[in-house]
Amino acid sequence: MSDAPARVPARSPSNPRSALLNAMQVGLPAIALLVMLAIIFSIRPAAMSYFGFHLLFKLSVPLVFAALAQMMVIMLGDIDLSNGAFVGLITCITALYLGDAPAIAALCYLVLIAAYAGLGLLIHARQLPSIIVTLGMSFIWLGIAVILLPAPGGSAPAWLAAFMSWQPPLMPLSIWLAALAALAGHLVISRSSYGVVLRGAGGNPRAVQRAGWSVVGIRVAVYAAAGLLACLAGLTLTGLTTSGDANVAPAYTLLGVGAVILGGGAFTGGVVSPVGTVVGALTLSLAGSLLSFLQVPPTWQIGAQGVILFLVLAGRVLLSERAR
Amino acid sequence: MSKTTALFIAAMLGCTSFAALDARAYEGVAKGDTSAKKIAFSNSYAGNSFRQVMIKSFEEMGAKAVADKQIAATAVVSSNNSVTEQASQIENLILQGYDAIIVLAGSDTALNGAIKDACNAGITVVAFASGVTEPCAYVVDYNLDSYAKAELDFISSKLGDKPANILEIRGMAGDGFDKRLHEGVEKAMKAHASYKAVGEVYGQWTATVAQKEVSGILPSLPQVDAVLTQGGDGYGAAQAFKAASRPLPIIIMGNRQDELALWKQEHDAGGYETFSLGATPSVSQVAFWVAQQILAGKQVPKFVEVPLLQINQPDLDAWLKTVPAGGVVNAEYPQELVAKIIDANVKKEPLPGVPAPK
Repeated sequence: MSDAPARVPARSPSNPRSALLNAMQVGLPAIALLVMLAIIFSIRPAAMSYFGFHLLFKLSVPLVFAALAQMMVIMLGDIDLSNGAFVGLITCITALYLGDAPAIAALCYLVLIAAYAGLGLLIHARQLPSIIVTLGMSFIWLGIAVILLPAPGGSAPAWLAAFMSWQPPLMPLSIWLAALAALAGHLVISRSSYGVVLRGAGGNPRAVQRAGWSVVGIRVAVYAAAGLLACLAGLTLTGLTTSGDANVAPAYTLLGVGAVILGGGAFTGGVVSPVGTVVGALTLSLAGSLLSFLQVPPTWQIGAQGVILFLVLAGRVLLSERAR
Repeated sequence: MSKTTALFIAAMLGCTSFAALDARAYEGVAKGDTSAKKIAFSNSYAGNSFRQVMIKSFEEMGAKAVADKQIAATAVVSSNNSVTEQASQIENLILQGYDAIIVLAGSDTALNGAIKDACNAGITVVAFASGVTEPCAYVVDYNLDSYAKAELDFISSKLGDKPANILEIRGMAGDGFDKRLHEGVEKAMKAHASYKAVGEVYGQWTATVAQKEVSGILPSLPQVDAVLTQGGDGYGAAQAFKAASRPLPIIIMGNRQDELALWKQEHDAGGYETFSLGATPSVSQVAFWVAQQILAGKQVPKFVEVPLLQINQPDLDAWLKTVPAGGVVNAEYPQELVAKIIDANVKKEPLPGVPAPK
């Protein structure tokens, strides 16, 4: 494997047919998203409006950032099981300090992002499996959050809550933020030359190292970026819920992984798509909404959500099999 | 000039008719037309038997109200203990055009944003059996101070002011319900200076755990005259006393079938008398009717206390027949009863009890 050319741009379409299949593979979550929206609009035409989109996608903003944080880690071939607990901790810090003592809050964020970077260093230096290290960290984040805020409470600073309920022109805030995040991710990860190196560090670290890059440095930087994105997820979530809760977001861990894979990522490392991840996160957050619009009986809802996830993921796997 | 006078008189008439309306809305069932209104239930978790019965109670009462043309439709959505998902489900219910949403919240604070959105959209939000802090929501809940007070009131009706030793069986360390109920017990104990708390164990609302814990502490205790419980632990406590060959003290029961069956058996054998009380899963029906009554124009306070279901000796047989083996006593809360509960809350009177089945 090591002498193979860096398989960084993993997909190189050789003929038009597989090019089409490749496009479909990336486009599948987008198609699933459109189908779900079409069903919701046919049930409730009133939802097809600025206000409708605002309510439908409001709660997907933090999930988009959490999924992008997860994508950074998956890009390196690792997985982050502490993502959801970390977001919960950020909501606690935000609700406790950001309003009255912004300096303390900022310091906490910096320390936590540094801790994330340190995690990357630890995983790299000791060659530890990320799944174990981050699973352990998830309990540490939760523990700190419960010490800081034993019962749900606190309040988001007024400006943060106001920002999250701001209604900008043209599109709801959630769509703007998702689009901007996707664009920024696309430019940095998928288009820039540094992005190629980043993905290469996950796909074929030895080749990247031979080319003169510091894989340690890359890993630390990518983990710090993941921490920063998870901070953004916690901040936006606090703005939406207006309070802190240590147990608010454990579901983000696996929904984030689901969004990355749905959006064309792979656990092997080096293969991720920021645009796909953002669309995947929107799709997953809409899956729950779809069920409440369809009025699925409550006892079936949990299972039905799993079925939707399974169908979309299975569709993607089938397409990637064909494309090979 | 005459036109102004006429207007003035019309305005006065308007005022008086409003006042009359207010007076009527104050007591009894509000009759405003709600036949076109839709009420949804946002539930945080559906995975245990208590919640299943709670959902079923809501659905049955909802179906009946739809058949009686009292409301247009109901819906239930459950999130799998995920607070963010519950928040987005509430946003969806706003979009689906429901007129009222009753909420069993997975978090006391994390739904505040979504609940505020619903209020701003003109939707009536009734949170129940959870301490939602958003002030625009109505809250329907039990008062655990009354729970503790009812337990001690019964004991003092039997023992009077004589000195008595009291054992308290608590729930689980660090649990919110346990903490609030224990605080209620401490408050209620102050009113009975002659009673002495001789011991405290954690029974985890489970018969087997309670039996083990009570058996463990009994040898160190003097004669125990009464046992305070939190429900689910009464049967185990009684078994522990029997195993130690001690006479049965007054053990307050918690509406479980095994507890009531034991009570009946002991009553038939030796005239044993006690008292049982507890929460009911059908509190979802109370929230449903509170929401309907608000839509119908009734004045409802922001906090509505729900009576605990209390069982006294004369009603024991009737209640026991209604409980499935291994189950918890449940009751129907029809519209008139809920209206009476609301009125009692407004007037700060004792809450009406849940009538025994015939």
